[in-house]
Amino acid sequence: MFKITDEVITGAEVREAVEGPDAGAVVLFFGTVRNNTDGRAVKHLEYESYPPMAEKKMAEIAQEISEKWGIGRVAMIHRVGKLEIGEVSVAVAVASPHRKDGFEACKYAMDRLKQIVPIWKREVWADGEAEWVKPDAVFFDAPDMGKIPQ
Amino acid sequence: MNVTVKYFAVCHEMLDRSEEEMELPEGATVGTILKRLEEEWPEIAEFYEVMQMSVNWEYATENTELTEGDEVALIPPVTGGCDV
Repeated sequence: MFKITDEVITGAEVREAVEGPDAGAVVLFFGTVRNNTDGRAVKHLEYESYPPMAEKKMAEIAQEISEKWGIGRVAMIHRVGKLEIGEVSVAVAVASPHRKDGFEACKYAMDRLKQIVPIWKREVWADGEAEWVKPDAVFFDAPDMGKIPQ
Repeated sequence: MNVTVKYFAVCHEMLDRSEEEMELPEGATVGTILKRLEEEWPEIAEFYEVMQMSVNWEYATENTELTEGDEVALIPPVTGGCDV
């Protein structure tokens, strides 16, 4: 499952998508909306996406994971629209025979999602201002954004 | 030929539209679109260094050639997920 949604993410949808009798571990990751950025109070977040390309890029990340770890059970879902503090913006599930590979693959999935999946975050501050978030400098400057990190 | 061009996030805001149809000469590339947008809004060129482009849901370069019906998008630096 690779999906952009405007509905609440519970985690059940990604977990169920990766379940299987050959799994010895299911690693679940949730990204949630924090109430501040570097100490500045956040009122809420707004996410926008390019859904068909985002879902295609998520599937490519799963393919990379399959090639690196031999894991075929990966699911990712990202929510768009207005999200309140504490709500889940993204969920990743990885099922693997053993936990070590599952943890590593789940971290890799999130790192890659933040590099190549077309989703944008807008912070609406408690003081009423709002701005589109600029990414980390490391991604901002990277000339090889679309490539697989070693 | 005609292509669809999509604008997201900061590009959507700056250009004040989310997509448009563009008529281009045969042999046009992604760069042709970038030049045309720069004529309308010169400040956008500053963003080109950090922005990516896509054609039919795949990352592309300014040299990527276009064909009738392509879907092109300006992709500002992506910021999905969470900061952890």
